[in-house]
Amino acid sequence: MEEKLGEIKFMKGNEALAEAAIRAGLQGYFGYPITPQSEVVEYLAMEEPKHDYVLIQAESEVAAVNMVYGAAAAGARVMTTTSSPGFSLMQEGISYIACAELPCVFANIVRGGPGLGTIQASQGDYFQAVKGGGHGDYHLIVLAPNSVQEMVDHLGLAFELADKYRTPAMLLSDGSIGQMMEKVVLPETKPYKPDKPWATTGKTPDRPRNIITSLYIQSEVMEKKNQTLQAKYQQILDNEVRFEKYRVDDAEIIISAFGLTSRICKKVVDLAREEGIKMGLFRPITVWPFPTDRLAQLAAQDRVKFFLSVEMNAGQMVEDIRLSVNGKKPVYFYGRQGGIVPTPEEILNAAKGHLK
Amino acid sequence: MKEGYEVVYKRPKTLLDKRMHYCPGCFHATIHKLLMEVIEEMGIQEKTVGVCPVGCSVFAYDYMDVDMQEAAHGRAAAVATAIKRMLPDRYVFSYQGDGDLAAIGTAETIHACNRGEKFTFIFINNGIYGMTGGQMAPTTLEGQKTTTSPYGRDAKKLGLPLKMAEMVSQLAGVAYAERVSCNTPANTRKAKRALRKALEIQGKGLGTTFIEVASNCPSGWKCTPVESLDWLKDKVYPYFPLGVFKEPPAAKVEV
Amino acid sequence: MQFPGGQGKIVSKSKEDQMPAKGYVEISMEGCKGCGLCVVHCPSKCLELNTLDTNSYGLHYAYLANEETCIACVNCAIMCPDAAITAYKKVG
Repeated sequence: MEEKLGEIKFMKGNEALAEAAIRAGLQGYFGYPITPQSEVVEYLAMEEPKHDYVLIQAESEVAAVNMVYGAAAAGARVMTTTSSPGFSLMQEGISYIACAELPCVFANIVRGGPGLGTIQASQGDYFQAVKGGGHGDYHLIVLAPNSVQEMVDHLGLAFELADKYRTPAMLLSDGSIGQMMEKVVLPETKPYKPDKPWATTGKTPDRPRNIITSLYIQSEVMEKKNQTLQAKYQQILDNEVRFEKYRVDDAEIIISAFGLTSRICKKVVDLAREEGIKMGLFRPITVWPFPTDRLAQLAAQDRVKFFLSVEMNAGQMVEDIRLSVNGKKPVYFYGRQGGIVPTPEEILNAAKGHLK
Repeated sequence: MKEGYEVVYKRPKTLLDKRMHYCPGCFHATIHKLLMEVIEEMGIQEKTVGVCPVGCSVFAYDYMDVDMQEAAHGRAAAVATAIKRMLPDRYVFSYQGDGDLAAIGTAETIHACNRGEKFTFIFINNGIYGMTGGQMAPTTLEGQKTTTSPYGRDAKKLGLPLKMAEMVSQLAGVAYAERVSCNTPANTRKAKRALRKALEIQGKGLGTTFIEVASNCPSGWKCTPVESLDWLKDKVYPYFPLGVFKEPPAAKVEV
Repeated sequence: MQFPGGQGKIVSKSKEDQMPAKGYVEISMEGCKGCGLCVVHCPSKCLELNTLDTNSYGLHYAYLANEETCIACVNCAIMCPDAAITAYKKVG
């Protein structure tokens, strides 16, 4: 595939994300500054005169997520980005958006926590993203990019999946990927022509009024709504699981990682192989829907001795690995918190520690 | 209809043929009715999008035959902001109570007004939280008894009631702010004219329009509907005066 | 429960030899909540709450007790929160 010279750029992750949004036909962005993702708002502000998307720096993340709700319900392609404390503020809005089945995209450029935390990268918001940080039974489609290129690719994919299933989707990224600069191939600008008969655009005589709500006071009706949502999530689970395998075919040790740590773990696999250790990397790309079945298949292989989940948190995705492996093999965890990025050597040592 | 007579008033078609759940005498129903009359008379049903709050009027979309969105508590101003920005040629209104607009939603209210977002606020101020059973609101009067101020609101500990129409009228982005009420036929007619004026000003893109309704709550105030009108006249209007706090120069508005 | 717009029980006390009224109103019995706002604002004292009867909600609904004095001022319909009143005026 020939890469057009004009579309290759050397970009910072956050800025590439913003540019990808513009090229995907962004119609509205409502956000609030927070390190390490403020470049997204800043880039969109600089580019605003050249395009006709609506850009509002809202008064808070709470206001921002509700603006996303209003605009998405009015039929527009919209998104917001934030970092961990801001994502916590958005949880109520996300629960409403999920129940009202509104397509829109979020990106959490995760930083160390809990609390005000640090501005360095971390992966401590996995639970919040995947198990639902807001109230009720809902899910976001969660993609975990591990490079600037994937920030771009996953953003476009997130918008498409959001529209396809009428559901919110998000990128679970982190401060390092947001801040790092890499070569990136940008996609061509796509004109966005949605067909959303359910949107609140004004009741014309040919249809009844459209109501966007998440209020279902009668229990029977609320249960039905929940069943509709669950059926949708099952469809997404059946069709949209994405993962990456690296040197897994004859592996005896499977290390698992998402996002930033998955890049480091590729190096770990190579180092291990040089020492004659048969290691492979299993990397979920969608952390929701989680690639449970594939992991279960791997766990069933006799040659696989154990799993090691490597994360920049205190142990979050490891629980989903354990659920998938379902007791067939041991599942261990290695992690660093506070924004510390583990080195390939320390991860390899941790893996070797379990070999004995 | 009897022979020799003509209809001089009937229920607007834009108000759906459904019995509203509001308590007897509640001005929520009155304002729903007036707003729907205005929308029918202006012929803008196809171009209207409303946002309803959490509060007694959480089911407003069951009564108003326009496209509507339910907002999270306090967030109607943010939701309406986005709708109007995405669909600038539509008539957008947010409909909120005192908890929604003046407590949890104060930031969204102030900032939408400060940015001059071109939608219409309809603020139903009845000095109490009706839906949740009659608790104190930011607009509860000093000395007024509610379930969370059983001995009367103590201004020393909790401050005095917030005057939202006055506050927002100070912001440059607000084009029109008026406080109205529905305790008499004359005032009710004025309230309808104010709603119409607000939507006309919105249509001209002059800025935020803010209609505060000094409203009643017979259930929360523990009185009859007719007695609630006396409370409004004797206690509420002296503190929350009716009238225009800000409007565009006459030349800009022909209503 | 559906609101039967404008279909009211019209109870008239007008005598046959009196002048026909300038106007009259129909108040929906089921739509009325008996709040009384129309009653207290009628300048001609045409309206009353029916203290002897209630609708299916158990409310004492308002009705046109004295049709002959109605001047079609429409105050009642304007005050009615529930839009339960349809007002008519004599033509000409």
